[in-house]
Amino acid sequence: MQISGAEIVVRCLQEEGVEFLFGYPGGAVLEIYDAIFRQDKFKHVLVRHEQAAVHAADAYSRSSDKVGVALVTSGPGATNAVTGIATAYMDSIPMVVISGQVATPAIGLDAFQEVDMVGITRPCVKHNFLVKDVNDIADTIKKAFYIAKSGRPGPVVVDIPKDVTQQRAEFHYPESVHIRSYVPATRGHPGQIKKAINLLLEAKRPYIYVGGGAVQGNAAAEVTELVKSLGLPCTNTLMGLGAYPGSDPQFLGMLGMHGTYEANMAMQYCDVLIAVGARFDDRVISVPSHFLSQPKKIIHIDVDPSSISKRVKVDVPIVGDVKHVLREMLDILRQSGQKPDAGHLAGWWKQIEEWRGHNSLLYTPSTELIKPQYVVEKLYEITGGKAIVASDVGQHQMWAAQYYKFDDPKQWLNSGGLGTMGFGLPAAMGAQLANPDATVACITGEGSIQMNIQELSTCKQYHTPVKIVALNNRYLGMVRQWQEFFYGTRYSESYMDALPDFVKVAEAYGHVGFKIENPSDVEPVLREAFGPALKERLVFLDFRTDQSENVFPMIQNGKGLDQMDLPPHMRDIQQVPFENNRDYGNMC
Amino acid sequence: MRHILSILLENEAGALSRVVGLFSARAYNIDSLTVSTTEDPTLSRMTIVTHGSDEVIEQITKQLNKLIEVVKVIDLNESEHIEREMMLIKVRATGKDREEMKRMADIFRGRIIDVTEKTYTIELTGTSDKLGAFIEAIDRAVILETVRTGASGIGRGERVLKI
Repeated sequence: MQISGAEIVVRCLQEEGVEFLFGYPGGAVLEIYDAIFRQDKFKHVLVRHEQAAVHAADAYSRSSDKVGVALVTSGPGATNAVTGIATAYMDSIPMVVISGQVATPAIGLDAFQEVDMVGITRPCVKHNFLVKDVNDIADTIKKAFYIAKSGRPGPVVVDIPKDVTQQRAEFHYPESVHIRSYVPATRGHPGQIKKAINLLLEAKRPYIYVGGGAVQGNAAAEVTELVKSLGLPCTNTLMGLGAYPGSDPQFLGMLGMHGTYEANMAMQYCDVLIAVGARFDDRVISVPSHFLSQPKKIIHIDVDPSSISKRVKVDVPIVGDVKHVLREMLDILRQSGQKPDAGHLAGWWKQIEEWRGHNSLLYTPSTELIKPQYVVEKLYEITGGKAIVASDVGQHQMWAAQYYKFDDPKQWLNSGGLGTMGFGLPAAMGAQLANPDATVACITGEGSIQMNIQELSTCKQYHTPVKIVALNNRYLGMVRQWQEFFYGTRYSESYMDALPDFVKVAEAYGHVGFKIENPSDVEPVLREAFGPALKERLVFLDFRTDQSENVFPMIQNGKGLDQMDLPPHMRDIQQVPFENNRDYGNMC
Repeated sequence: MRHILSILLENEAGALSRVVGLFSARAYNIDSLTVSTTEDPTLSRMTIVTHGSDEVIEQITKQLNKLIEVVKVIDLNESEHIEREMMLIKVRATGKDREEMKRMADIFRGRIIDVTEKTYTIELTGTSDKLGAFIEAIDRAVILETVRTGASGIGRGERVLKI
């Protein structure tokens, strides 16, 4: 029996086990929306802006093992989706975005709501398709899901012209896909694995650096086993938080621009580094030449060969699925029973403990002003460290990453690569739908939240009782911090004047709001918001925080991992002098 | 250093723009690019001449391989290879230049493929260097127009780029 292209789209999504479709209707997708109306296998979530649909689908993927799906119309619907697609691309998140397109005969004629979606998204997708024949829809969607979740994951766009959704064809959903030009790596090279093990066993100062690849590659258990069995110190990147338990003593904290003193010092001074699903990006190692000025051997495990030796030349590249590769390493280590030299390791730990003893995340408490770090610490306590935390972008994001100790992967959702303000609320919404029983918090600022605040309406409609923890300092905090440090305190356009009354905003959308101005109210209000009485409600917590607080430690542009700007109590520590590392210029 | 990359890719709409987009997005150089279908109509073969350090060429190769539609990439410089480019060059052929142009075309094993009272159009095939040498060898003032295909390359002997 022949069915319409639109019905084929819907059937494909059903075959893929899609639970929620995040979208917004419009002219080019009306056929598909009509087919959605006539089915009840999956639920459509009507967002208030297409960007939010894509962030929600992205977070649905990030917080589960499934692939999030978004549906947008042509033209402005498609362009609104682009920020969300680029966000997912930079963080390697599997996702399928279906966009409507004007009818095939109208393509290229500057038709109403026409935009070259395949062209616009080409640099920010893993792959994209324009479906020109109704007979190709099922195959294409099958391929889209396969490409999105295999290898190094990423978003895939399927652009479907309106007439194709109206034409009719037989529906047959392929069981498997074969793409001759696409064969993702799985097993690592045994010789390389052997070399890596030998290097690790000979190390005097070994260190393991774990990125988002371990979270996406479901390798947290293997990472933890390796770290535990060899007694290694471990750090996670911003994207890797949760891949190794944040509350474990072998965890040195996050590294990078706002990493802890011990995590950054260990990165600089280790002699054997094993990088797992991480990419040595500028926010992590800063200047490659300075990073390499301390001699070290580097083992790099990654599913994407192009991530290896991109910024830093490595000694032992291992291309493969991180879970697979680590499993093989663990098997070999277990059989041989070998361990790194205990004496050397003890010396290394002694040095690390000395670094850690400085307590680089210490901040000055206040009884007058609410310290943002204090709010995150209390949130951690009250949620028992078990909440899914979606964050926006800015100072609050860094404080969340520093003070909420994520023990599990897929618990921390943030736009690490692209740094998209406005990600937090729709992400929290997507995560809540994927995890209906979980406590979901959105840590945000008064700047970021306003970039997608309209989603309070969607949250009402679909009963997603997320808790919004807004660290409201009346500044675009990270911008203000940079202006304080590097632009002579000229706070150009970083002050947020004429802010709305967020409590009233929340109430206007049918939610609950609190404004918290005293440090002594932080804990009781958090307890109330996360307590049983408000379990089913979205709560907006507007914390009026200290306006002058800065994120420390901080590595300035062009400086090295051991040249941090430290918090006031650590300013007398002798650090390596700053030689002008200019080879990568000002990367902002 | 100059490298010649041979790329086998799916003969699909948009595949070319992905390759070209990759080069511009990542600030790699394209000195020349040629592309056409192969004996297998589902595949296109592209030759890109680029230059960069070894690290950059390694990244280019990896990034190309990452494109879903790219089936295979080889760097022809890694072993013996043959390179050919074709140029059509229209020159003024009047007075003493008429004889001189014929002679130069013969020396470079070019063929005159179009003749008018005032012009010759010469077809010349060889390495990119040879075509450059021809342009250097003749009087600039007589050149009316040139068009070059960009280099095509193939491995020597048994070395074959195929799926």
